[in-house]
Formats: sequence, C-alpha cells, structure tokens
Amino acid sequence: MSEHQIKFYQTGTFTVGNRLLDPSQRSGQANIERFNSLNSGHRACQGCGEALGARYTVDAAMKATDGNLIAANATGCLEVFSTPYPETSWQLPWFHSLFGNTAAVGTGMAAAMRVKAKKNGGPLVRVLAQGGDGGTTDIGFGCLSGMFERNDDVLYVCYDNEGYMNTGVQRSSATPPAVRTATTQIVGSHPGNAFGQGKEVPLIAMAHGIPYVATASIADLRDLERKVKKAMTFHGARYIHVLVPCPLGWGAASKDTVKLARLAQESGLFPVFEAEYGEITNVTKIRKLAPVEDYMKLQKRYAHLFGPKADQSALIRIKAIAERNIRRFGLLGDERSEPMPPAVQADERADRL
Amino acid sequence: MLKQIQGSQGVAQAIALCRPEVICAYPISPQTHIVEALGALTGSGKLEDCEFINVESEFAAMSVAIGSSVAGARSYTATASQGLLFMAEAVYNASGLGLPIVMTVASRSIGAPINIWNDHSDSLSQRDSGWLQIFAEDNQEAVDMHIQAFKIAEELSIPIMVCMDGFVLTHAYERMDIPTQEQVDAYLPPYDPRQKLDVNHPVSIGAMVGPEAFTEVRYLFHHHTIEALQAIEKASEDFEKAFGRKSGGLLSPYKIEGADTIVLALGSVIGTIKDTIDEMEKEGKKVGLIGIKSYRPFPDKQLAELLKGAKKVVVIDRALQVGIGGVVTDDVIRATRKMDLDIFSVIAGLGGRPITKKGLKDVFNKAMNGELEELYFLDLDKEVVEKQLKREKEDRHTGPLAEAVVRDSVSIHKGGI
Repeated sequence: MSEHQIKFYQTGTFTVGNRLLDPSQRSGQANIERFNSLNSGHRACQGCGEALGARYTVDAAMKATDGNLIAANATGCLEVFSTPYPETSWQLPWFHSLFGNTAAVGTGMAAAMRVKAKKNGGPLVRVLAQGGDGGTTDIGFGCLSGMFERNDDVLYVCYDNEGYMNTGVQRSSATPPAVRTATTQIVGSHPGNAFGQGKEVPLIAMAHGIPYVATASIADLRDLERKVKKAMTFHGARYIHVLVPCPLGWGAASKDTVKLARLAQESGLFPVFEAEYGEITNVTKIRKLAPVEDYMKLQKRYAHLFGPKADQSALIRIKAIAERNIRRFGLLGDERSEPMPPAVQADERADRL
Repeated sequence: MLKQIQGSQGVAQAIALCRPEVICAYPISPQTHIVEALGALTGSGKLEDCEFINVESEFAAMSVAIGSSVAGARSYTATASQGLLFMAEAVYNASGLGLPIVMTVASRSIGAPINIWNDHSDSLSQRDSGWLQIFAEDNQEAVDMHIQAFKIAEELSIPIMVCMDGFVLTHAYERMDIPTQEQVDAYLPPYDPRQKLDVNHPVSIGAMVGPEAFTEVRYLFHHHTIEALQAIEKASEDFEKAFGRKSGGLLSPYKIEGADTIVLALGSVIGTIKDTIDEMEKEGKKVGLIGIKSYRPFPDKQLAELLKGAKKVVVIDRALQVGIGGVVTDDVIRATRKMDLDIFSVIAGLGGRPITKKGLKDVFNKAMNGELEELYFLDLDKEVVEKQLKREKEDRHTGPLAEAVVRDSVSIHKGGI
C-alpha cells in the first residue's frame, strides 16, 4: 500500500493527523469526489460510531472498486437508521434481507455477479456484506462461517458495538465481561456480563484460513480505509472487524466516541491487527499505554466497577485481559505477536488467573 | 426425448434446460438426488454459466438464492421437510421481496418423531408464506411443471415451490419425455427482473415499511398472487401448445360428469385414486376426482364450478392440522362455502404410509353410503391407539410416546420385537 509510513498525531488528543500529508494520501472527509455512499440525513444517534465506521468503510470500498460495488446489510441499527423509507442514505445498490443471513446473501450476490460478468463482459461487480456484532457473531455466525470456508468473494465487515443496541442494549457474544446490558443487569453476586464467555470472531475468521482478516478502529479512520482498500485487492472471503463505540448502549457522551475507540486500542482491550491466510502480518502498536480505567470510567455500563461498593476482582480480571492481549499480540514496543493468539476468554475458562 | 430415468434425474435435467445461473445445494432426503445431478451437470460443463454452491444449511441455501436473485440471476434450490422449516424465515423473506426463485420441495413429513417418508406436512406448512405452490402428479408433470415454474414466477415476481412427492416420485424410475434445449429456449425467455441491484441504477431494496404503507404492500402481494391463477393456466396452455402435452394448470378433473361423490387430492396419490375410481366404475359405482395442481393460489372459483353437480366431497389430506383436521379440507370448505355439500376430511398417507386402492375404495364406499365420519384417519390402527391411551390413564410415567407406539405396533402385528 502506498500509505505514508510516518503518522502525524495531533498534540493532546492523539488523533491521527491529515493536513501534513500529501493531498493524494489524505482521507478527504469533505472531498467533492467522495462517493458519500452513506449520505447525510440518516437517523443515527449523535456520536454513532457505526455510522462513522460505515461511511469510511463503504466509501473506501467504492473507491477501491471504482464504484463497482453492491452491498448486503444485516438487520440492525445500520439498516434501520439508514433506510426509513421513503428516505435512504445509500448511494450504492444496497440490499437488506434478514438479521442472520447477510454473509449468505453476499455469497449469492457475488455468484450472480460472477455469472453476469462472464456472460455479459464488463467489470466484475464486487460485494460488501455488513452487519453489527449481533448479526455477525451470534445469529449470522453459521452463514458467516459458511461463506468463509467456501472462500466466497465477499468482504464482510462487522461493526462491533458490543451488544444488541437496536433492540435496546442486550448482551451479545461480543459483549465484554462485567458490562451492564439489559440482559446482564447489575444484580446478584456477579453483576454485569459473565467472564469466560464470548467469542473472538477475527481469530475464528483467521482459523478459516481466509485471505484477509483485520481489526480496525474508528479512532484511526485512515487505517480503516487502508484496510478496506487492501481487502479489496484480494479475491475470496475477507473479514474486517471494526470497533464502533455506541454512546447510547455504552452510556457515554456523544463527544467521546472517537476517544473511546482510541482508548480501547491504547489500553490493550481491543487489539488492532491484520492477518493474511491465517497468520498475523501486522499489529498496530500502542503508542501511549492507557489504563483500562481511563477507558471504562467514560462509560456508564462499567459504572458499577467503580466507587466504594465496587467489585475490585472484576476490574483486576479486566486488567488481566488487557495485559494478555498486549503480551500475546505484542502490542508494545518491539514485542512480536504470537502467530495465532488464543481467544482472550481462554484463560478465564481454564481458570488460570 | 424419451428417457427411462429416476424422477430426480428428470427434474435436474429440466432445471438445467431452464438455464439457471445460480443453484445452491444442501442435502436432505428425499430431495438430494436432484441437486447431486445438478452439481454433476454444472461441474461437467453441460450446464454452462451457472454457479453451483454447496452451502452449510437450508437457511443459507434460501439466503444465497435471495442474494443471487436480487442481483438479477435466475436462481434455484431444492429442499424438503426439516430443511423447509429451517429456511422458513428466508422463505417468507424471498416472497415478501418479490424474488422469483424456483424451489423443488420433495414433500416429506415433519418430525418429531423423525420420519423421512412422504406426506405433505412440509409444503403445506408454508401455505401462507406467499410462495406459489404447485403439486406434480407424476414425474412427467414434475419435469414440465419446473419449466413452467420459472415462467410463472418470473412473470409475476413471486417465488414458486414445485412440490413433488418424496421417494414416490423423486426416487421412482419412470419414462419421461425430456424436452430439447431449443424447445425450452423458445418457451422460456431469459430472466428479465422487475428489480435488481445494478451499479448503474443504484436502489435500496429491503427497506423498512411502517404502518403507513405495509397494508398496501401486502394487498398488492395478495393481488399479484390472485393474478397467478391466470398465469398458471396460461403457462400450462402455452406449454401444451409448445410441447404437445397437458401438464400443470389449476385443477385436473377426472370422470366428474354425473358423479355425486367427488374426491379431491394433491400429488402422486392421484394415480391410485384414478385406478380405484376406474375399478369402482366397473362395479357400477360412480366416483369423480379433481386433482389440485395449484394449491397456492387456491382456485376457489374454478373448484366451485367443477363441484356444481356434486353432493359429497371427499378430501384426501396428506397433512394434519393437529387438533383440527385436514389442511386442504379447510381450503375446500372456503371455496364451496355457498354450496350445499357434505365435505369429508380423510387424513391419509402420513409419514409414508401407503395409500392403497383397498383403503380408498372402503372410504369412497362409506362416503356414498353415508357412513363416513367428517374427519377420518385412513387405516388408523385403533388397537395400538387404545392401548397407549389406556396406559396413559393408568400410569403417569409412560415415557416417550412415539417409542411406545412403535413398540406396540411391532408387538401386535409382528409378534414382538
């Protein structure tokens, strides 16, 4: 990729800068040539991480395919806020079928486009399938795994806000431990979501041996764009897992969405990496290690872990998760990633704490 | 060209002649031979420009078909029984979206208890799914109906299930006239979708519709489905002109002139009923038959018209609405509600139990003599049933019902296990 190797960070916020770069390498937020595939006027909440992530993902994919792109979308926030008909924000051919079948729909779309390109000539139209964590890691997981193992030519992007936000903030298999949701309430001896549950879909995707897997953060949109472009250089199944903070579901201020995404990565709780054919090829290093508390204290879903009555053991376990990620993915300094780190839940399940 | 082949082979060859562009396959008996044959046809290159995709479930099969259909490709899959239920959410989605997918249902019972044999529980469970449902009487008709199905579905933008009896048809070797590619090409034009995902004309498909328009969307769906009555008839008429034989259509009457008692049935049992009627005719007993070829839409008016001279109607129902009776019987009652008819619901052939001429003759005689119950279970083993009912009265912990019934059935009729 032709991305500038030196990154310019803004003082104080650690936001990745743009203005010092050559214009050809800038992200072009307000560029007149931008596709604006997810156009303004949609009904996402203020500070929605998913809207931001989707806007950059789809535009990057459109750019990479010169507009020869069609999208399948799972039921969920992104689908609902973008298409309250007769209004639609989508400027590309966009299709919503069900909650749990988006990867399979993508497979069908890609198959159709392959046949059409063969029969009629012209460029091969590529397929983007996208959904939230519920539609990806839970109800859509069977179809996702099927699409992966067949190596169908689909880029699947999961916008992970760590819960079923569209239905009112319930727990998904992407919800972190101790988190308060409507179905993991602050009651009983172990309030919030259980430890030792959940799944790491990027690692599971890697275990399918598919051409490209990446995690990304909306705190580094240029990295997200680069990964989408890179994904489109491969044919076959590709998976990008983007952490998208949800002000509503996380109990956070709208202004803190990007900050939260950055702190998730800088604390070690959300490792940002790339993998090709099942092996990790690149890890985004933590520039300034942030305490997990800095990340958690901005969110009401963790509020019960702080204050005089807080369960200290839960906080200790969360710190341990961050430390394990840092060690296994080699997130600090010159450390190297393990080739295939085990899921963070492994130690919890083995009770090796 | 005349061929002596298995029903599934015939259907696969018919599908291939329709030039599908995407086929998704997931195995479930008794449908599997169809997709196996199609896999061989695509793999060998005999079926060109077609993607054959082995998916991980029936839910994925229908979802892949939804994706390929909305992208403008002629799409086909096949299923049965549990598979049809497993894909049910996507079945409703495909019809709601107006995607003209063609699907074979190799009709089979639904568990529990698990049973792989033929009845109509699976297809009839999806009667309200918004799919058109046509039922083949024999393998020739199954072949012909599949060719007609693409034409009907694509004209109306409504998906269609071609229901053929599992094993009885799918696994039977029969003589079939398989048309030539030229004949099918002349009959079935390339798919020209009413809607599709097109980068040159980007649209959003599958948006949320609220109370302001949902009723109108559903009404139009109803309207188009009623229109299918004409489309199904026309497809059958055009087929007859092009191929020289009658197949499909809405209803198929047999010896109904002057018959007070008329039998209604779907699927392969029609053949046995015809034989029974012929034999009874020789005994001087006049019974008529109307084969129901189109179950959805149900030809209410056409059926009422054909039943004008009848006094008694016997519906051979191969699916049970538990606690109510026959499924098709309800449709017949609705279609004839303004007529003065005695309607009998005969539950027959569940889970592959053979429907014999002897059993049918007994039922028809009873109907004519005024001895038939309104709801009658053909060949029900009352001894086994009574034994289990008695056991349940005497003991709370009788254990699993199905296993007890099988055990009793074997011990009573075969002298024990």
